[in-house]
Amino acid sequence: MIYFDNVTKVYPDGTVALDGVTLSVKQGEFISIVGHSGAGKTTLMKLLLGEERPTSGGVSFDSVNIHKVRAKDMPELRRRIGVVFQDYRLLPRKTAYENVAFALEVSGRTDEEIASDVPHVLELVDLAPKMWNFPRQLSGGELQRVAIARAIVNHPDLIIADEPTGNLDPVSTYEIIQILKKINDMGTTVVLTTHNKGVVEILGKRVITMEKGKAVRDDQTGKYAL
Amino acid sequence: MRWVTTQRIIKAGFVSFWRNGSVSLSAVFVMIVALFMIGSTLLVTAFLGTALKDLQDKIDVNIYLDANASESSIMALKTQIEALPEVKAVTYISREDALAAFKDRHQDDHRIIQALDEIGDNPLTAVLTVKAKEPSQYEGIAVFLSNKSELSPDSTLSIVNKVNFNDNKIAIDRLSKIITGVQKLGGLITAVMIALSILITFNTIRLAIFIARDEIGVMRLVGGSNQYVRGPFVVEGILYGLVAGVLTLFLMYPITYWLKNTTQAFYGGVDLLHYFVANFVQIFFVVILSGVALGAVSSYLAVRKYLAR
Repeated sequence: MIYFDNVTKVYPDGTVALDGVTLSVKQGEFISIVGHSGAGKTTLMKLLLGEERPTSGGVSFDSVNIHKVRAKDMPELRRRIGVVFQDYRLLPRKTAYENVAFALEVSGRTDEEIASDVPHVLELVDLAPKMWNFPRQLSGGELQRVAIARAIVNHPDLIIADEPTGNLDPVSTYEIIQILKKINDMGTTVVLTTHNKGVVEILGKRVITMEKGKAVRDDQTGKYAL
Repeated sequence: MRWVTTQRIIKAGFVSFWRNGSVSLSAVFVMIVALFMIGSTLLVTAFLGTALKDLQDKIDVNIYLDANASESSIMALKTQIEALPEVKAVTYISREDALAAFKDRHQDDHRIIQALDEIGDNPLTAVLTVKAKEPSQYEGIAVFLSNKSELSPDSTLSIVNKVNFNDNKIAIDRLSKIITGVQKLGGLITAVMIALSILITFNTIRLAIFIARDEIGVMRLVGGSNQYVRGPFVVEGILYGLVAGVLTLFLMYPITYWLKNTTQAFYGGVDLLHYFVANFVQIFFVVILSGVALGAVSSYLAVRKYLAR
């Protein structure tokens, strides 16, 4: 489903973020990418979202080379990928409900669909009572659950979670991981980056270890080896 | 674009305008300043126009006629002058009319009235007042008048006593220069004012959108098309313009009212309030449409910067 073909990324300031990475992710997999900061995890995510272009090599999603998609068709592609970030990236001037609804609005769903789907996913992340709160009125764990609700409401084929638990306490971290696992159980592919050893061990799924821009290990059952 | 999308964009613009209260308020205030500049430029141009027209109307050439000139010869002269292409109108003031006007003007001055009564006879001469179409044409009319022998004061045939053009010439020349100067300066000031107001508005809106630049990035990541991300900002810009335009018009009414009272003391002819009320529809459209266009175009351009892939 996702295929990185010998991807190298050198930033304009000369930093080598990725150095000949080749890896593939199958439909329905849950993979964790671990590594120190600066190992290239976030660059990998940015390439997958089309936010950055590779210096050489190709990234494909469902056999489509992401960097050959025209700018006009990019929103279409992004609606098939749900994203969750460490810093949540919610719209500060919209309520939890509206943040989730926005993802449906942009894909042109009807008002009826939005009215029935949004409360449903907020229920799924256990946030129904706070759906009319603004982001500033929510805790970190709650914000991240809104972000996850927004990522899954469009029924994407892939969820990218870039350090989703980076800012959270252990209890919230556990909750978020359980939610991601549940989403994966329902058939959605999940790519998670983390440097939290505990998270990887709870999951017990495939782990790719990055070091200095290279994928140095690829274990089928989770071990955090650094 | 589908109707649902348009509806959502408009709604999002309104909601954002409302929730972003302080930013919207400052944008509206700055736009009021800008629109006020445009509006007052309109009014000042009108003021100058009327003032100049008033002054131009005051220029004329008077031909003082001999006391014994016959009515028929005067009328013949009048027709001759009227035939000139430069002449707009010739008014004939008979000796009796001149006397009546003189008495009227000095009715409170007993000594003058008394002196007039003592003379017994009418000391005033009949006058032909010539008005040209343009101030610059008086020269040509004066040349024509002095070249006709029966009009020359020295000729025996003449019924003309005196032409006061040469007395007025310096004043007329100076006025013509001032008028063209003021018109040029007015155009320049208008252009500068409008350019300034556009720049101020554009910068304010750019700042407002700079504050929201992260949101633009998030909207795109979630899959918003450029149109869908940009739309609400443009709607917000239009709202700034609408609200600022209406407030500007509200402000202009008391200000023109105040100006009317103060300016009429030293310059009677111009009534800005009257002009404002009489041309309200026109001013309304100019101010509101400039506001809306400024807001929409500024927002569109400012968001474009953050929409590059």
